[in-house]
Amino acid sequence: MAILEVRDLYKSFGKTEVLKGINFSMEKGEIIAVLGSSGSGKTTLLRCINFLETATSGKVFADGECILDASDKKKIPAAEMRRRQLNFGLVFQSFNLFPQYNVLENVTLAPKLLARENPDFKQRKRELFAGIEDNARELLSRVGLSDKLDNYPCELSGGQQQRVSISRALALDPKILFFDEPTSALDPELTNEILKVIKDLAQKHMTMVIVTHEIEFARNVADRIIFMNEGKVLEDGTPEEVIEHPKNERTKAFLSKML
Amino acid sequence: MEQWLSLFEGFKYNLILFFVTILCAVPLGLLITFCSMSKFKPLSFVSKVFVWIIRGTPLMLQLFVIYYAPGILFNTPMRSRLIAAIIAFIVNYASYFSEIYRGGIEGIPKGQYEAGQVLGLTKTQVFTKVVLFQVIKRIVPPMGNEIMTLVKDTSLARIIGVGEIMMSAERFSKEGLIWPLFSTGLFFLAMCGILTILFGKLEKKLDYYKS
Ligand SMILES: Nc1ncnc2c1ncn2[C@@H]1O[C@H](COP(=O)(O)OP(=O)(O)OP(=O)(O)O)[C@@H](O)[C@H]1O
Ligand SMILES: [Mg+2]
Repeated sequence: MAILEVRDLYKSFGKTEVLKGINFSMEKGEIIAVLGSSGSGKTTLLRCINFLETATSGKVFADGECILDASDKKKIPAAEMRRRQLNFGLVFQSFNLFPQYNVLENVTLAPKLLARENPDFKQRKRELFAGIEDNARELLSRVGLSDKLDNYPCELSGGQQQRVSISRALALDPKILFFDEPTSALDPELTNEILKVIKDLAQKHMTMVIVTHEIEFARNVADRIIFMNEGKVLEDGTPEEVIEHPKNERTKAFLSKML
Repeated sequence: MEQWLSLFEGFKYNLILFFVTILCAVPLGLLITFCSMSKFKPLSFVSKVFVWIIRGTPLMLQLFVIYYAPGILFNTPMRSRLIAAIIAFIVNYASYFSEIYRGGIEGIPKGQYEAGQVLGLTKTQVFTKVVLFQVIKRIVPPMGNEIMTLVKDTSLARIIGVGEIMMSAERFSKEGLIWPLFSTGLFFLAMCGILTILFGKLEKKLDYYKS
């Protein structure tokens, strides 16, 4: 069964229609790169799937469960919304780390708050928190930040901040991790360190959707490429199909500009 | 000596006014902020108009109104001048504080809320664990200024006859002595000096990160 299915997703801001019927699905372990020119609706798509915007119509399924149905206007209880939210992780272009917390705290904050909802939290607090911290240290060491645990975000480079924010998302063990141009706020030298982290995750079969302008990277890492244009999916296929043999004129024009 | 004592006596009222105002206006201001930022339009409209009126008229006028209006309009005169002054100060300063809070809250980037949401935090947790501390860091300097103004504003209570330090000093100047009037300045200077040091320390403490 598909781990993610997006069905007929539409989104308008006032009169401007930004998403015009997006359809795609993905399997567990798959990696999709989303390409498209500026303003084609890539960010809006990720934001709708991650509940940061309310879709105008359409449905989203995670692991077979309908987690978003825009036609259903019933108010969903906050706790249920959060449960659905936690299917996914999202890495922002601008990191959005919490400036007042150090690196380790940034990664452990959400899991620790979530652990409080355990029925036996009071008895097992120490054990739960120790597990969360060990896991966070492990995640941070994988991205080479073991010596930065006590530093604050303002003391880190952009690349390091983005690695923290990836670890922060992974700490909640999402089924799918979404990236919105994770390198576009970074200098070219720092871009590679993030791309390497994503490649490592790919080797561990993390399911990922990556919005990017790095076509070479998309070709190397993604199993599939989705090309968006003016709120629609114009191409959906293997990197070979989309990049070497695009069907659509728009795609060709976009690729020739980028390569 | 007796004159100094009398000044101290008077300054006691300034201190009471100061501390009670801080104690009540700090939380009341937050309540007003929440009202004026509420998604329920009538509530936010009413509280915005309220803040506009309070900030747009002199504190002296508000002191007069709160002291005299109950007696003139409802035939139930204010029993205590001090209580009238305290009410006026609380309402006035809560309005100013609420605008400072609002500025602080609105200055927090949207991304902080969104990061909290996608990490599965509840709305309350986003506020208490993510936003609140950053707001505090932002509002400490303007709050420091406002509180310094409050120290000096307490002398305004004199106009409805609260026997604060200015009133005590004034009595002596009527007897031909000018120095008690100058001396009152020392009290205010000392108080502001202490607050400057305290707020400086607090700002330094919060300076462990840059946002
Ligand atoms: N909150 C909003 N209100 C109004 N219009 C919006 C809003 N967010 C996005 N848009 C519009 O939606 C369109 C798509 O924006 P989106 O950010 O999704 O594009 P994108 O593909 O991510 O572009 P980029 O590559 O520049 O990041 C743009 O025309 C943008 O102006
Ligand atoms: Mg975008």
